[in-house]
Amino acid sequence: MSDNTPSPAELDAFRQEVADWFTANKPADPGFLLPQSFMEVGTDEQFYFLRDWQKKVYEAGYLGMAWPKAYGGGGKPQVLQDIVTREMVKQKTPFMTNTIGLNWAGPLILNMGTEEQKKAFIPGILSADDIWCQGFSEPDHGSDLGNAQLKATRDGKEFVLNGSKIWTSLGRHAKHMILLARTNQNTNNKYEGLSFFLIPMQVPGIEVVPIKKLTGEFGFNQTFFTDARIDESCLIGKEGGGWQVAMATLAFERGAVGGQAGGHAMNSKHVSEVVTLARTAKRNGKPAIEDVAIRDELVQLIIDERSQALNGSRARIKPLTQERPSSIPMSGKLIGSEYGRRLNQFALSLQGANAAYYVGDPLAYDGGLWQRSYFNAFSGTIGGGTSEVQHNIIGERVLGLPKS
Amino acid sequence: MLDTNKKPTILFSDEQEQLLEVASNFCRDRFPMSETRKRIAAEEDLSRPLWDEIASLGWLGIAVPEEFGGSGLTLAEVVTVVEPMGEHLAGTPLVSTTLAAQTLLKAGTRAQKETWLPKICEGAIAALALSEPDGDWALERIVASATASGDTLTLKGTKTFVTDAASADLVIASVLFDGIPALALITRDALEAGKLTREIVIDETRRSYRLELDGITLPKSALLETDKTPAALAHLDQAACLLLSAEACGGANGVINVTIDYLKTRKQFDRYIGSYQALKHPTVDALLAMEAARSHLYYAATVFGDGIEGEVAVRMAKAQSGSALAFAADRSIQFHGGFGFTYDCDAQLYRRRGIWCEAQFGDARHHRSKLAEILL
Repeated sequence: MSDNTPSPAELDAFRQEVADWFTANKPADPGFLLPQSFMEVGTDEQFYFLRDWQKKVYEAGYLGMAWPKAYGGGGKPQVLQDIVTREMVKQKTPFMTNTIGLNWAGPLILNMGTEEQKKAFIPGILSADDIWCQGFSEPDHGSDLGNAQLKATRDGKEFVLNGSKIWTSLGRHAKHMILLARTNQNTNNKYEGLSFFLIPMQVPGIEVVPIKKLTGEFGFNQTFFTDARIDESCLIGKEGGGWQVAMATLAFERGAVGGQAGGHAMNSKHVSEVVTLARTAKRNGKPAIEDVAIRDELVQLIIDERSQALNGSRARIKPLTQERPSSIPMSGKLIGSEYGRRLNQFALSLQGANAAYYVGDPLAYDGGLWQRSYFNAFSGTIGGGTSEVQHNIIGERVLGLPKS
Repeated sequence: MLDTNKKPTILFSDEQEQLLEVASNFCRDRFPMSETRKRIAAEEDLSRPLWDEIASLGWLGIAVPEEFGGSGLTLAEVVTVVEPMGEHLAGTPLVSTTLAAQTLLKAGTRAQKETWLPKICEGAIAALALSEPDGDWALERIVASATASGDTLTLKGTKTFVTDAASADLVIASVLFDGIPALALITRDALEAGKLTREIVIDETRRSYRLELDGITLPKSALLETDKTPAALAHLDQAACLLLSAEACGGANGVINVTIDYLKTRKQFDRYIGSYQALKHPTVDALLAMEAARSHLYYAATVFGDGIEGEVAVRMAKAQSGSALAFAADRSIQFHGGFGFTYDCDAQLYRRRGIWCEAQFGDARHHRSKLAEILL
C-alpha cells in the first residue's frame, strides 16, 4: 500500500484485512472481570492483560499508524488508522490501556517536544511498555484546573515538587506523568504561575495511593509529592506557560502531527444493547419491551443517541453552524456523558427486582455489568469538568451569558 | 427494520446554502417582531405585497418540477426557507401552499397539475382541509364524505384547521368516497358564503378556518386520483412533519435569542440574571435541545422520501423539534419573571407557536409511539 491517499479498492481490501485480523486475534474472555475504561484498571491481572493486548495490536501495525515512522509510528494515512479504530469499537475488543499516553502525552510530545523527547517517549507509548498517567486535578481543585496548587519550586537545575494530585488512573503502573504544577505563587492571574512537566514516576518522594471507587473497585489513585526532585529538562513549553500547554494538549487530542494514535479508550454502551435487555427482562409475564412506557423511553434514547452522531455530521457543514460555531464542539462531552449515565440508569430499571443484584451474584444480569457501568458513567459526568461546569462554560462562551 | 450500523450523514446542497442565506436575510428584514405583532392585530389575513414578494422569489415553486413552472428542487430546499420563517414567527401560507402542491404532485390528475401547479408557483394560495372535529392525527380516519350522483359530487362533514382558507384559491379536502379516503379539490368559487368560519387558535400569527362541507357540490373531476390517494396522504403527512420541524427549529432558536437578550440585560439583586446558574443552565439545555433538533431536521431533509429511513428521520425531527421549542419557550416565559406573564413579552408568542406546531401532525409522544412500531 502506498503512503499516498489509498484508492477505494485499497481501502476496501484494508477493511477486510483488519476485520479478519481482529476476528482471529481478539482475546478470549480472560475469566475475570475486565475494566470498562482505562480509568477502571484496578488489579494487576487486568493491567497485564490489557497491556499485552495493546502491545499485540501495535506489533501487528494497527496502532499509531499515522504517527511518524522515526518514532515507531507507521507513517501511513490517518484514514487507515480510523478504519482500525472503528473495527475495534465494532468488534468490542478490549480498549487501548495507555490512553493518556496515546491521546494526551503522545500528541503533546509530537507537537511541542524536543527531538530527544520524541525519540525517548513515543515508541514506549505505542508499545505500552511505558505507561503514562496524568496529574491535573487536585483534591481541593476538581473542576477548577487553573487553580492547581501543587508546588514546583526551582532549586538550581531541578524542581522540587510538593503537594498532591488526584484521579491518577494507572498511577501504580505508570512510568511517566504529565503534570501541571505551580512554579510561581505570586502572579496577578492564577493561570500565569503554572508550568507543564513530563516527569518520571519512579522518584523518591512520589507515593501512589489507590482510591476505592463507588463501584467497590480500584483504578484511581491519589499521588502524593513530598520533596520529590525532578530535572529542569522535564519542563515542556515555557516556565509559566503551563496553562497554554495544558489547553493545547486537550486540543492536540483531536489530531497531533500525523493525526490520532487510534484505538478506543473505553467500551461504551449503546442503546441497542439496552433494547436487547428490554427483550429479555420481564414485566407481568411479558417481555419488558412490550410495555408502553418502556417503549417510549427506549425511543427517546434512540433519538438522543442519534442526535450525537448527527451533531457530528452537521458540525462539518459550515453554513449550518454559522450562528454559534463552537456550540456543537463544546457540548459533546456534556451530552455524551449525561446520555451514558441516563442509558445505564434506564438499563438498571429494566431488570425488575434483579436491579438490586450487584457484581458477584450469580443472578446479577450480565454479571452486574449495568450496575457497574451506571456507577462508572459518573466518571464521564464528573471527570474533565463536571456537567455543571460544562453548563457554565457553554452558557458563557457559546451564549455569551455573564459569568456566574 | 432500520439499519442502525449505517452512520447517518447530513448532506447540504449549494442550493440549500444559497436559499438559507437569502431567506435568513429576507426574514430578518421583513419579519421583525414589531411587524409580527402588527400582523397578529391586522384585519386582513394576508399582506398581499409581502406574499407577492415571496412568490417572486420563487419559493412557492421550489419543490415543483420545472415542467409545471417550478425550480425542480426538493423539500430539503424548502426547509431552508421555512426554518428562518419559523425563527421570526412569520405567518404566511407558504407551508400550506407547498403541502397542497405536494399533494397535487402525488395524486393530482394531469389536468389538475397542469391547471394548478403553475398558478401556485406564481402566487396562488392553496389550503389543506384534513383535520376533523375529533382532533385525531390519523389522516386516513375520515368522517367527511363525498357522494356521487351522476357527474356531481355532494360533500358532507366538517373540516378544521384549514389555514389561510379565506385567502385560498383552492382547498384540498380529505373525504370518504365509496368508503375509501379521497381528496377533493375545491376551488374558491365553489365555497359559498358561510362555509368558512374563522377559528380562534392559540397561534395568533395563523389564520385558521373551520370548513362546513355540507351542501358543497363539485364536478366528479374535482377528485384527485383515488388509487394514489393513500400514498399521497402518507407523503403529505411526512412532508408536513418535515416543514413543521423546520418551523419549530427556527422558533426554538428565535426564542432562545429572546431569552439570552433578557438574561444579559436584566439585573436583579445587583447582578445580571444570566449570571445565575438556575437560569443559565436550563438555557444551555434549551440550546442543546435546539441543536439536536436542527441536526435531526437536516438529516430528515437529506433522506426525505427514502423509505423507512426517511420516515424514521422525519418522525425523530418532529419529536425532537417539538420538544425543543416547547422547552425553550416555556423556560423563556418563566425566566422573564413578571414581564413573562404579560402579553407584551415575546416569549408567549413562541410558546403559542410551539403548541400549534405540536398540535399539527403529531406531538413528540405521538411520533415516538410511531417510531416504537418501526424500531422496536
